Amino acid sequence: MRKHDGEFFQRDRQWHPPAHAAQYKSSVARSPRFAALSIENTRSEITGPVFRPDDVAKIDRDLILNYAQDGEPVGERIIVHGRVLDEEARPVPNTLVEIWQANAGGRYRHRNDTYLAPIDPNFGGCGRTLTDAEGYYYFRTVKPGAYPWRNWENNWRPAHIHFSVFGTGWAQRLITQMYFEGDPLIPRCPIVSTIPDPEAIDMLTARLDMNASVPFDCLAYRFDIVLRGRRSTLFENRLEGN
Amino acid sequence: MRQPLAYLKESPSQTAGPYVHIGLAPGAAGFSIFDQELGWDIAGPNAAGERIRIEGMVLDGTGAPVRDVLIEAWQANAAGIYPHPEDPRHTEVEDGFRGWGRTISDFETGLWGFETVKPGTVPGRNGTVQAPHISLWIVARGINLGLATRLYFSDEGEANAADPVLNLVEQTHRRDTLVAKREERDGQPLYRFDIRLQGDHETVFLDI
Repeated sequence: MRKHDGEFFQRDRQWHPPAHAAQYKSSVARSPRFAALSIENTRSEITGPVFRPDDVAKIDRDLILNYAQDGEPVGERIIVHGRVLDEEARPVPNTLVEIWQANAGGRYRHRNDTYLAPIDPNFGGCGRTLTDAEGYYYFRTVKPGAYPWRNWENNWRPAHIHFSVFGTGWAQRLITQMYFEGDPLIPRCPIVSTIPDPEAIDMLTARLDMNASVPFDCLAYRFDIVLRGRRSTLFENRLEGN
Repeated sequence: MRQPLAYLKESPSQTAGPYVHIGLAPGAAGFSIFDQELGWDIAGPNAAGERIRIEGMVLDGTGAPVRDVLIEAWQANAAGIYPHPEDPRHTEVEDGFRGWGRTISDFETGLWGFETVKPGTVPGRNGTVQAPHISLWIVARGINLGLATRLYFSDEGEANAADPVLNLVEQTHRRDTLVAKREERDGQPLYRFDIRLQGDHETVFLDI
């Protein structure tokens, strides 16, 4: 029987955005000039934090209710759901998925966000959940609005939800962003465009999922996340080199 | 027939952005939402070993502090055991020892820090021993893919000299960028670890 507790597949750094992407201005001074040092996985990279059911509460995944004060937030009600898989399409169960987003008007509940669109008193903008045994997760929220940011003078982020995912080992740690199918701001965004391959961008674009929507209540979007796969241990490592 | 290689591609990374705190540290963003935020206690009250504090700054290519950074840490306990099923001794880990934590820089000064216990040595590949270290992962606005590095300890000179990962750094003077300097503050051990993203004394980052 194949064991899947080996090392992780190498990350394809030509698929991910490069550290230095001149059109995304803040990457210019925040990108290393030297190449990263490649190391083979050790126990330090193969293991990673383990999360328990009592780390999160059920309501944490419902952004329509988890910060409601005297009513529900304004905006397009949606379910965002999908699976966390590895590169061999195997589910990643019991892993922590965290999200954060702006409200329907594109305003973040953050002390450093000064955009003139108002805060929604009933919307916090963050959620978290663990995937189930099949790697499945879901959230309920409102669709975030586009918002302007100080890059070029007239840059607007497409509607997006930030995702943070752990996986089973430290080397799988990933933060990314989910976009919405059909948004004309996607090809205009310098952050999206840090990703070189259009197919990779398509992978971050959630699809409208009518089958998962709730009639007369909310629409749904489907967003699957893929983490690094693990080598099956076909041969033991030879005792040479480090 | 062409043989298929039916692998999926990994989801591409995107920057965590300037408002990462909303999702991962909402208290710092300015609101209280969860009963308990995750990641603020790495070792718990029962962990054996020396209690230490780690502090530092992340500096950009101009030398300015990065004041919107989020750092995550992953480490073994004082006996060198990870609280994870793939460590053969994981059942021996103290109750409450998570091994994982997150911290953020101060919005004004850029200083970050966390409290933990000093980790023990852990096995490396092919029978080697790795010097005590903490794995770090750094995300922020302007960082497109989280940066991985390791923090080693200045008072572990002998173990550091034999560490298989430090020894892979070809330019030997760059190894110092991964070694936190031990100091004392009010009688308590403090390790200072500055991370330079770019330029002079650029920190060694790892493709793990």
